[in-house]
Amino acid sequence: MMEIVTVTKIINETKNIKTIKFKFSKKPEPGQFLMVWIPGVDEVPMSISFSGEETGITVDAVGDATKAIHALRPGDKIGIKGPLGHGFKLSGKHILAIGGGTGTAALALAIESAISSGSEVRLAVGARSSDCLLFCTRFRELGVDVHVSTDDGTEGHCGFATELAEALITERKPDQIIACGPESMMAAMVRIASKHKIPIQCSLERYMKCGLGICGSCQCGKYTVCGDGPVFDGKTITGIPDFGKWKRDPGGRIVKF
Amino acid sequence: MADLRTGVAGLKMENPTMLASGILGQTGESLLRIVAEGGAGAVVTKSIGIEPRNGHGSPCLIESDNAMLNAMGLPNPGIDDFEKEMIIAIKSGAPVIGSIFADSPDKFAILASKMEKFGAHAVELNLSCPHAERYGLDMGSDPDTVRGIVSAVKRAAKIPVFAKLSPMVPDIASIALAVQEGGGDAVVAINTLKAMKIETELGMPVLRNRVGGLSGPAIKPVGIRAVYEIASKVDIPVIGVGGIRTGQDALEYIMAGATAVQIGSGVHYRGINVFRKVCSEISESMDAHGYSKLDDIIGLAGRAK
Repeated sequence: MMEIVTVTKIINETKNIKTIKFKFSKKPEPGQFLMVWIPGVDEVPMSISFSGEETGITVDAVGDATKAIHALRPGDKIGIKGPLGHGFKLSGKHILAIGGGTGTAALALAIESAISSGSEVRLAVGARSSDCLLFCTRFRELGVDVHVSTDDGTEGHCGFATELAEALITERKPDQIIACGPESMMAAMVRIASKHKIPIQCSLERYMKCGLGICGSCQCGKYTVCGDGPVFDGKTITGIPDFGKWKRDPGGRIVKF
Repeated sequence: MADLRTGVAGLKMENPTMLASGILGQTGESLLRIVAEGGAGAVVTKSIGIEPRNGHGSPCLIESDNAMLNAMGLPNPGIDDFEKEMIIAIKSGAPVIGSIFADSPDKFAILASKMEKFGAHAVELNLSCPHAERYGLDMGSDPDTVRGIVSAVKRAAKIPVFAKLSPMVPDIASIALAVQEGGGDAVVAINTLKAMKIETELGMPVLRNRVGGLSGPAIKPVGIRAVYEIASKVDIPVIGVGGIRTGQDALEYIMAGATAVQIGSGVHYRGINVFRKVCSEISESMDAHGYSKLDDIIGLAGRAK
C-alpha cells in the first residue's frame, strides 16, 4: 500500500545531487528501494540512502521525475510504496564496496550496517568530476577507508573506480564485494571478482513501471529487477544474458548499452 | 491423484492454469520461467499491437483493498520486435498464446497471422482492456463488431482464436455468442473492471491515467457469474479469469463452466509458483471429493438442481 509522507529536509549533496528526507513508518533492509510518487508528475524507483529517524533518497536531476524531486520543498507531500525488493546480504569481516555516480547512494545503508556490525569497509568511489563525488565525508566519518577516482582527474585516481578496486583487492583480498553504479562498471567488477574468486553482489537498475513484480517492465533475463532484485549475486548475474549488454525501453524494446 | 490434464480448442495442457495476459509476459525469458518454475499449463503473452507503445504514465499499478488497480496502457514493443521473444517463449513446451490488440478487424488479422508465423499455438484477442482508448473494450462491447473481428482473424490464421471479454457490458453471454458465430474457438472471461482510486491526503486520483482496471480477489464473484452465464449460452470452451489465488477459486470457475483458468494478480499475492500451488490445491480438493478428472466437474454448478 502507498503511504503519503511529508518532505522534512532537502540537502544539497553536490551541484547536481540532492537528498530528500521524510518521516516514513517502515524500516528498509540495506539495498531495498522505494517507488516514489511525485503527484501529478510520475512515479519512479529510488534507492534508499538514509534510514532511521528520517528516511532519505538521493537524487541526480536527469529527467522530468528527478527534476520534479529536486523542486520539492519541505512540507510537500509525496507517495511512497515499499520498501521493495531484495537488498544486500552482508557476510564476512572485510567488505569492499564500489560505487559509481549516484549508484553510491544504494550502498550507503549496507556500508552503515557493515560498519555497525564491526566489519571493515573499504570503498572505491567513482564520479565524473571532483564536485560530483557523493557521501565521501559521511563515509570517512563512519570509519570507511575511502578511495576516490574521477573521470577528469580533478580528485584522486584519474580513471575508473574498477581500477582502484582491483588495486585494493591485490593489496588485500576482501571477504565480499558490493557494487552499484553504471552497468559497464558492475560488469567489469563481476569479471574482476570472478578472477579473484570473491563473492560479489550488484544492485541493478532498469526502467520500472509497477515496482510490485507484476508488469515485467524491468525484466532482466528471467528476473524482474523489482521483485527478484534489485540486488543480485555474482552467480545469478552471470547467468543473465542482458547484464552489461542491454536494457529495455518503456515498451519493452531492447536498447543496447 | 486427480488427473489435471486438460485441453482447450485442441491445445494440450498439463494442467488447467495459464498465465493471464498483461502480467510479466513481455519477454520470452519471463514466459519460460512461468512454465518452468511457476508450473503454468500455458502462458498468454502481454497484449501486442502493430506499433511499439510506451503505455500510460506512472503510477500505473496500485494496491487497493482486496484488489489491484492498473492502467498500464498496453505497453508493448510492437509485433515485429516481439518475434524474438516468441522464439524463446515457445521453447517452454507449453502452449504459448499470443495476445493481440488493434482498432480494426484488418489489423487484428495482420497481428494474428504474424503471431501464427512466430509459432504461437493460439491467439487471444484483447476485446476488453477498459482503459486504452480505441482499443480493448472499445472493440468488444458490440456483438456485430466482435463477430466481424473474430471472423476476420479466423480467415487470416489457422491457429485457434480466443476472445477475451469484458464484464462491463449489459449481457456478456451475447458477446460470447458473437465470438462463437464468428468462428472463435474459446472465450476468455473476464478482463478488469474500470475503476479509480483517489488519495484523500492530496485530493487527487493516484493512477496517472486517472482510471484503470480493477483485478484481484474483489472481482472474482463478477467473473464467476460471467463464466456461468457464458457457459450456459455457448458451446465453445470458456477460460475463467479474475481474482484466482487458490485452488478453491479455480474450482469455483471450473464448476461455473470453465475448462481452464488464468491467473494474473495471483502472481503478486502468492509468487511466481502460484500456478503450482493452485494445481496442488485443486488436486487435493478433487481427491477429497472423489473426482478423478476435470471433466467430472467442469460446469457442475450449471447441472445442479
